[in-house]
Parts: sequence; structure tokens; C-alpha cells
Amino acid sequence: MSGSSDEIKPVSCTIKPPIYLHIGDTKTDPAHSGVCVVDVTLPFGKPVNVEEITFKNYYTAYLTVRLLRRGPGQEAPAKWFTALRDLPLMDNPHTERGSQDYYSVHRTQDPEKEVSDWLSDLTLGDQHPDLEQGLPDPHTVSSSLQQMWALTEVMQSNQTTSSIGRFDVDGCYDIDLLSFT
Amino acid sequence: MDGGTELSLTIAHIVQRLKGSHLHSQIERQAKDCLHQPEIKLESLKDDVRSFLKTSGWERQLQNAVYRELHVQLPPSHPMAPPEHLKEPLAYMRKAQASWEKRVLKSLNSMSTELEVPLARMRSAAEQKELANKWNEMGTDDPDLSRFRPVYAPKDFLEVLISLRNPNHDSSEDVSARSHWGLIQVPVNVRDIPQLRQAYSELNLITGQLGIDDYAHIHPDLFESEHVQIGKKVLVEQDSAAAQQYSRQGCPTGLRADLWALILNSTNQPPDVMHYEQLTAGVIQHALLVDHLIYKDVKLTASNDDYYFVFEDFLYQVLLCFSRDTAVLDHFKYNSATPPKSYIHGKVGDEECAVVYPPNGVIPFHGFSMYVAPLCFLYNEPSKLYSVFREMYTRYFFRLHSISSSPSGIVSLCLQFERLLQTHLPQLFYHLRQIGAQPLRIAFKWMVRGFSGYLSTDQLLLLWDRILGYDSLEVVAVLAAAVFAFRAENLMEVTSLASAEAVLADLSTLKVMPLIQVFLFATSI
Repeated sequence: MSGSSDEIKPVSCTIKPPIYLHIGDTKTDPAHSGVCVVDVTLPFGKPVNVEEITFKNYYTAYLTVRLLRRGPGQEAPAKWFTALRDLPLMDNPHTERGSQDYYSVHRTQDPEKEVSDWLSDLTLGDQHPDLEQGLPDPHTVSSSLQQMWALTEVMQSNQTTSSIGRFDVDGCYDIDLLSFT
Repeated sequence: MDGGTELSLTIAHIVQRLKGSHLHSQIERQAKDCLHQPEIKLESLKDDVRSFLKTSGWERQLQNAVYRELHVQLPPSHPMAPPEHLKEPLAYMRKAQASWEKRVLKSLNSMSTELEVPLARMRSAAEQKELANKWNEMGTDDPDLSRFRPVYAPKDFLEVLISLRNPNHDSSEDVSARSHWGLIQVPVNVRDIPQLRQAYSELNLITGQLGIDDYAHIHPDLFESEHVQIGKKVLVEQDSAAAQQYSRQGCPTGLRADLWALILNSTNQPPDVMHYEQLTAGVIQHALLVDHLIYKDVKLTASNDDYYFVFEDFLYQVLLCFSRDTAVLDHFKYNSATPPKSYIHGKVGDEECAVVYPPNGVIPFHGFSMYVAPLCFLYNEPSKLYSVFREMYTRYFFRLHSISSSPSGIVSLCLQFERLLQTHLPQLFYHLRQIGAQPLRIAFKWMVRGFSGYLSTDQLLLLWDRILGYDSLEVVAVLAAAVFAFRAENLMEVTSLASAEAVLADLSTLKVMPLIQVFLFATSI
């Protein structure tokens, strides 16, 4: 996603098929190392500010993100930076937790920091709120709630969730058989 | 999403859930009425009303309502996650659940067609009158139920769980000392004994427990008297969270009914009583095919049980009403299951004429009535009994018969049972496996019912105290393993599945808390 802080758009990019890394000769030793590389190419020429990378996991335990960044000036060669190393997506690679979850990797807005300093301020979409700083002030919460209600469609309809109780349609519950797709 | 935003969203969700509820209107009315009181000053209106609501106990009721919502709320998730992901994150489990449901629906459809009994029909005026008169003694009826058979039995469901496979999991490894010896082949997260010791620390050897430290030969001053006093205080305070914590050490018999109702925030106010009466009107008006399944189940299970046959009439009332209760549909947001759908006659495909069948979306299976039976010992008022049962079902029991990766789900409980057994009683497990008596085949029926009908009632209630106290069904898996540990010596001698079943046929003399305590805290690791 790129753009200014009030406008986030998806970046068009090409995601290449994943390549499993092998140890040794693939013919004699077909076992792969468990490391897989996915190349994502961004549009050539236009500088892009990547704010957030969102993806759905499928049994990846740890994530490393490396960026090929062009140095200042046209002559400087592009160099690889490690933006993120071994971010755990699954707390135990041999069990299911986190295996098929959705994740987002954010970047903080700090122009003074190098891209490689991403590591320090990353958050996962699934993390629990940090309550170490104590409970929030109720006035702050209620004012941010106003914004929340503006953003969330569910709140806009302002309907309660209390059920109506009837199970029929216009007084009729004459049904055929159960349907399944 | 940062922590602050997440919290705001959670709060917004809960506010929306409670808006328009009976409690909301009660609090509003109280706030309006208190304006007449002298201590409410105009200059400090907001604070004065707030402290009035606090001292009169309304704030506590609101706290309890919020606490209840937190129990049934979906955990915070990524904004991109679709609703089905929130019900169950693993695609292969969703698929297995969908295909299981399809089997059950087909079975119900065939039953309807073969027996020529419609899924639903309006009762004639005469039939309605007769049923209304007989409402409190439906047990005296002796309808011909021989044509009806349960839609499924726990062992059918077990076969489905055994066949679950994770497409990304390499289970080609030959059976060895390191592999899993049991029947469940999916690698869900389950806790081992060191982790369980931490999580269930209140059950340890040095903490007082009801079910252990209240035996006749132990002086009540050592634990019981004080525990009962604390229980009474908790009830006076009407604090849901405190009651839940208290229940971890067991609930005294005389206080249990009120404590469970407090933990579940299950009220019996006029709207609840009215709701229950509406449900009974629904039962009288429409006859459903599932009613026959309920009758059959009660006749086959509870009516045959020495402890529960006296409650037969209550069971019919509660279960028939339960089937008509559309409020239950709410829980499908976090249940991996999906309620069955049908269309009004002649309007197949027209979504405006789509209805849920049965109205509560739950098709009862063989043994379902055992979820209600033990509660009859606690509550003798039908609407109260109903309210508590519905909350217990939508918080816990539904997980025992749907396929999901939840730590309290039946899949996790089965795997946890097998792992505990293999890790701590490997000789026993290996022996049973060799003689063709896979332990899960015996323990499954206990776990699917939460041990209802297998333990004596007082022991069962002590077990369910801990389910409520720890907000988890894990203790059920732990108890299953503990039972095997207890009868290990006899089991090592048997040479067939039938004799293994015989050794474990009668659990009515077991004392659950000592078994669980010893298994968790006295097993060497």
C-alpha cells in the first residue's frame, strides 16, 4: 500500500511463484530446507512508500522480508536490506495455531530511521492490546468511539442485535426438505 | 491495528450488543427516576447519577453483562479475515464440518420422506389444546417412536474426526516410539501437564477443593466452612467474575444453583419468563420432526437413568422450547457449524422465503438430552432451567459436537486425551493398542457428553464447576486420562476391546477431583 497517511492504496506488484531452497544437489537430495522464497517486484521507475504488507498465511512459521533498495543517485548500485527477520507467524511450527491466519506487517512513520530499522516498531494484526500502560481514559475512548462509529458500517445502521424471535415467514413455516449446496 | 484501536472496537461492539437490551432500558429508567432524589445535584449530575447506579447495584449488573459479552465475543482478528475464518480458521476443518453437516441433513431429509412426516407442520386446534393440557406431563405419553432413529450417534461422529487430515501435514511416518499412537491425526495445539499445572493451579495439592477437602472425616474448619462463607459473600456482591474464579475450587451444593446462574449471567426477569412462554407457545403451535428425535432421545437415555428419569417431563419442555429459540442462532458466529436451511413450500431459491430448521439451528443427536439432565437437580423452575441450559450450550456444549480447532473443541479434547495418555502411561497405551482397544474409542462417549450420565450426579456437578470456573472443557480430557490412569492395573490385564470396555463400564463410584488432582500434580514428569 502506498500514498499519504490519509490515503492508502494497494500497490500493483508482481508476485512470483514461491521457490523452495534446496540444500545440495536437487537430484541426489530432493529434501528441501523448509525455506521458501517469494519474489515481489514493484513497478519500475516510480518510487513507492510501502506502508503495510497484508497476507494470508499457509503454514509458514517465520517470515523474513528483504528489500532491494536503490541508493541515492542513479549511479549507486541497489543493495539488499533485511527489513524483518524471522517474525514468528506460528508459535509452534508443528501445530496449527496461526497456520492459516491473516497478518499485516506495518511500518512506522519515522523518516529519520533507515529502512532496516523496521524491526523495532512492527505490529501484527492479531496481537492482543498492550495493557501495560493501564486502561485508557474513558473520555478518550468515547471520543475515539465516535470516529470508530463513522468508520464501521455495522455501527452506522444503529440496529440492536436483539432477536425478533419469529422463525416463520409471514406466519408460515411450511417447508419442503432441507437444502444444501 | 494498534492496541488502543482494538480496545475501542471491542467496546463499541459490546455497547452495540447491550443497546436495546432489557438491562439497558432498566438502567435508563433507574437513571431517570433517581433524578427526584435529594442527593442528586444538578451541578454534579453525571457523577451523582453514576454513583447512584453504583451503590444501587446497577453498575455491577452492567459489569456482569459486559463480562458475559466478553465470553462470547470473537477474539480480535485481522480486518481482512472473512466471517467463515472467524468461525473456524482452518480450511480443511471447515470443509470437514460442511460435509458432516450435509450427511446429517441428508439423513434427516430421508427420514422425513420415508416416514412421511413433514419437517414442520402447524398443529390442528384440537391437537394444540391437547398438548397445552398435557404440557406438564408429556412423559406419560407413549407415542410410537420405533420408526424414528437418532440422526447420528457419537460413534459416527468419532469416525469423522478420525478421518480428519491436514493436507499440509506429512503423516507418512511409520508408527514408532516418536509418532502419535492415537486415532486423531491432526496437529492441533494442546497443552501438556507442565502447562496444565500452571493453568489449573487452583487444583493443586495444597489448595482446598470441594470434592476433596469436604469429606466427612475432614474437619470443616480446615476449608469447607470458610469456602462456604466466601461463596455467600460472592452471591451478595453479585459479581460474575468473582463467582467464576470461586467456582474453580468447587461450589457448595446449597449455593451452586445461584453461583452458576451468576457466572453465566443467566437472569430470570419478566422478559426471560415471557420469552420462555413464547417458546412454549411456539411448541404448541408447530410440530417439528426433530420433536420426535427429542422424545426418542429422552426415552432412550435420561428416562433409563436412575438419577434422571424423574426429570423426564422437564427435559421434554426444555428441549422442545430450545428447538424453537431463534436467539440461539447468535452463537453460530463463533461456532464452526452452520444452521440448516430450508425454504417455504414452493419458494425454493427465494432468499426472502428462506428459514432455518429447526428454528434454533441445532439438530439433536443421540444423548443430547444429557446436557440438560444434570441441571434439573439445580433448577426446578422451567424458565430458569431453560435460561441456564441455553447459556451453557452456547458457551460450552456446542463445542463437543462440531469440528473445529478450538482448544475446547472435541478434536482438541480427543488429541489432548491421547497425548496425555501416551506421554504418561505409554505402557498402557501401547498395550491397549496392541489388543485393538484404542483408548479414544472408549473415552469418546464420555467426553462428548461432558461425562453426563457416566458419573454420579454430585461428582458430575463438581466437574462442571471447573468447566465454568476455567471457562474451558479441557478438564474433561484430563479426567478421561485420569480415569484410565486410575484403572491402569486392571486394564493391563485385559486382552480384548470388550474386556477393556467392561473395566471402564461403571464410573459411578469415581471421585473426580482426587483423580484430576493426582493426575495433574502427582504424575512424575
